[in-house]
Amino acid sequence: MTKKLLLLGDEAIAQAALDAGLSGIYAYPGTPSTEITEYVQNKKNQINGNIHSDWCTNEKTAMEAALGMSYAGKRTMVCMKHVGLNVAADPFLNSAITGANGGLIVVSADDPSMHSSQNEQDSRVYGKFAQVPVLEPGNQQEAYDMVHYGFDLSEKYGIPVMMRITTRMAHSRAGVNVTTSHRPENELRLPFNLRQYVLLPAIARKQYKTLLNNQAHFTKESETSGFNAYTDGNDHSMGIVACGIANNYLRENYPKGRVPYPVLKLGHYPLPRRMVERMARECQSILVLEDGYPVVEEMLKGFLGAGLVVKGRLDGSVPRDGELNPNIVARALGLADTIGSPVPDIVVSRPPALCDGCPHADSYLALNEALTGFSKGRVFADIGCYTLGAMKPYEAINSCVDMGASITMAKGAADAGMVPAVAVIGDSTFGHSGITGLLDAVNGKAPITVFILDNATTAMTGGQHSAANGKLEEICKGIGVEPEHIRVIRPLKKFHEENVKIINEELAYQGVSVIIPRRECIVELNKRMREKHKKENNE
Amino acid sequence: MKKDIILAGVGGQGILSIAAVIGYAALDQGMYLKQSEVHGMSQRGGDVSSNLRISKEEIASDLIPYGKADLIISVEPMESLRYLPYLSESGWVITSTTPFINVPNYPEIEKVHQAVASLPKHVALDAETIAKEAGSAKSANMVILGAASPFLGMSFESIKKAVRATFEKKGEDIVNMNLNALQAGHDIANKKIG
Repeated sequence: MTKKLLLLGDEAIAQAALDAGLSGIYAYPGTPSTEITEYVQNKKNQINGNIHSDWCTNEKTAMEAALGMSYAGKRTMVCMKHVGLNVAADPFLNSAITGANGGLIVVSADDPSMHSSQNEQDSRVYGKFAQVPVLEPGNQQEAYDMVHYGFDLSEKYGIPVMMRITTRMAHSRAGVNVTTSHRPENELRLPFNLRQYVLLPAIARKQYKTLLNNQAHFTKESETSGFNAYTDGNDHSMGIVACGIANNYLRENYPKGRVPYPVLKLGHYPLPRRMVERMARECQSILVLEDGYPVVEEMLKGFLGAGLVVKGRLDGSVPRDGELNPNIVARALGLADTIGSPVPDIVVSRPPALCDGCPHADSYLALNEALTGFSKGRVFADIGCYTLGAMKPYEAINSCVDMGASITMAKGAADAGMVPAVAVIGDSTFGHSGITGLLDAVNGKAPITVFILDNATTAMTGGQHSAANGKLEEICKGIGVEPEHIRVIRPLKKFHEENVKIINEELAYQGVSVIIPRRECIVELNKRMREKHKKENNE
Repeated sequence: MKKDIILAGVGGQGILSIAAVIGYAALDQGMYLKQSEVHGMSQRGGDVSSNLRISKEEIASDLIPYGKADLIISVEPMESLRYLPYLSESGWVITSTTPFINVPNYPEIEKVHQAVASLPKHVALDAETIAKEAGSAKSANMVILGAASPFLGMSFESIKKAVRATFEKKGEDIVNMNLNALQAGHDIANKKIG
């Protein structure tokens, strides 16, 4: 029996995991992956309230917890945005060597065109790097179906399976047929070989052989799973490989989606060798349509590009960067492009900005004033709402690189002689990756001033729990920051003068200072007040 | 029947509620639907848009091609202009004239209104004032949806039903407030297009 639900791609993945006997989902919030875990948190009671779904401190801890749950024999999913996989890369790559016991799916959500990210790296490269099967859904229904298949595949070969989605897939809604019956969770069942996960060289070498021997099986699976499909066409002057949602843009360009060329719809890697060979044999050229990097294009072309005419992002048929859309695909196909009227000149851009009443605004105003006596360019910031402090009217920060880099970059710059050096990091980012850097700074007695902007939540992604919430001063003390140089301030206009004075005192200190501007996120505060109001009205 | 709709506004103005109502009505009639949304960084007071596609036949792309949209439904006048490259020659723009000014270089509002007025097919209305008269400024988005309703290719009754279903959980008062706003927008659009 099935029923139809209107689901985001993210939600389809979550619903499928719940229906397929999930025991635990592990994640750190990150656009566009956040809604997978939120959906499980909101819906798990319909199936089993005991499913683990708490937010983790970062993607590495999430990946490791998932590996532990898989070790214990249960089905588990770990979700992150693409750059989160960099943080989880160590356990991810090694999990391909240990293998999986209970079904393990790693969802990595890429963000081509960088709607909400600092790069557009392609997770399929990591999948190939780890030599694990990768599933890339072409629509919401496939996202749902692939999770069921992915758990089975993972358990059949004892291998973690990656699922790669993109922003458009994650945040687009469509009707999805879902099963009305739920598969039970796995029983607790440890691996048959209790040394399997001990990656001492002698064991790792054996495990690696197993992984290599499985590659041929993985290819066979991708030829038979049904997620890769070869459709012949009349015009063999060109064949088209369309990966994931690129296939939708391709079909959009032809009435009733009838493409005149042979098409290999690709959703399951490694590449299905026989299908690719057929296309190379039967077509005069191959056009590759893929969101992200030219991964498939490079594989088909090879380094020398000899023998086969392959078109795509590398030869300029498709732009080298940015998300695909139906018009880009039309141009690559040599079809007439369409466009409406131009945007009138009076339309100006409306960039995102800190909210009215945001505590970060007051923190930046105080910091800017405290730094007026120094030359510019001293503030290393981090990833979160407060990155918007780079914009007018604040223009308060000089870096945003990766989670936690504010503190360590400030230390490096201070080591180079730039004093004072300032780091600005949010409470959730501090928990994610700031603590170890602060320990480095303390051990090196670096003259830096670290702002931990404590708004008590992970605000940018919609207000998820922040792992270090309520523990910031204790963590700093425990690491060795001197208690008299841990200063908590209230970022409010009325305390501005006092805050500037405190900041100046700590900028003058030739060691590690931590200033914690503490005030609840205004969005979360308003949400809380609305809920309180609603509750009171109901009573 | 196939409608490709660009929904436009500023983060927090309720364009996703408009999408939810149209989506409910489309599904209720057994139609296919694809709707891409904006989450994350751009929601912080930036411009936001959503691609909503409804059709009796299966839909391929989540994104509407340039020059192919049947409708731009916008809750803010400058935002209605931002997506003109998506609008087809026969497409309509339905927009509120109430500006949302959160950038220092927001153009003179008269110029924005002139640009909207010069569009060959448009319905422009002061959604906020109309919404206030209908009960609350918060339902300006439903005024705009009401004004767009004659262009959606479905009965007004089915849209009313969808509004009821979308806001049911929030209580009868909220449902009626939104229905009043919807009706007010609907009446104005019908008058304008005769």
